[in-house]
Amino acid sequence: MTAAEPARDPGLQPERTRLAWRRTTLSCTVAAVLAARAVLNRGPSPTGVLACALCLLLWLGFLAVAHRRMVALTAARPRRLTGRGAWAAALCTLALALCAAALVV
Amino acid sequence: MSNFVRSLRLWFAPERIREEGDTPDYRFSLANERTFLAWLRTALALIGGGFAVDQFLPDLRWGWRIGLALALLAAGVLSSLRAVSHWVRCERAMRRGEDLPAGRFPALLGLVVALVALAMVVVVLFGWEG
Repeated sequence: MTAAEPARDPGLQPERTRLAWRRTTLSCTVAAVLAARAVLNRGPSPTGVLACALCLLLWLGFLAVAHRRMVALTAARPRRLTGRGAWAAALCTLALALCAAALVV
Repeated sequence: MSNFVRSLRLWFAPERIREEGDTPDYRFSLANERTFLAWLRTALALIGGGFAVDQFLPDLRWGWRIGLALALLAAGVLSSLRAVSHWVRCERAMRRGEDLPAGRFPALLGLVVALVALAMVVVVLFGWEG
């Protein structure tokens, strides 16, 4: 009945990749929660609140990138990850590390 | 040198990869993407470790605490950069039908994490005085 539709990959590669994105967003959530905890621990200071707000923004950015990619991965034969998507995810991580450094010092 | 410049350009405009070689099976690209994500998770875990050192070892001397946290955070930064670079290089190698790139980064990262862990053990055993 689905002659026009390409066959599903028996190895479930798109699904596995989608789950990998989900695991990664979970890791990002843990890091963002720890950032919020760092600010709560120390009491509010201008740099602390700013860095924490940035961390939450970066977390939202990461969620958006991951969501876009996870929607794209629902296709039976998804297109490859774009360079822009890869860079967006990596830069969110990198900026999170810089905010963490600002919070820690 | 020109090779270096070219690969640097690929970093920032990976769409160029599409111009060379043949498109690999989409499943190989997805496997490469999962490797990329695994490196990102490693980076995020290292960042979380940096936060954890700062928050869960409050009795540590200031220098040790900051040093260990910053070492973990720096490892996280390097891992996230390496995630992209490795992804780009693998994608290009698959298109050209070359061997996948190998590097020293995993060994170095393992060494750094081992050193930080060792320092943490020493500090927790002997260095509690603030």
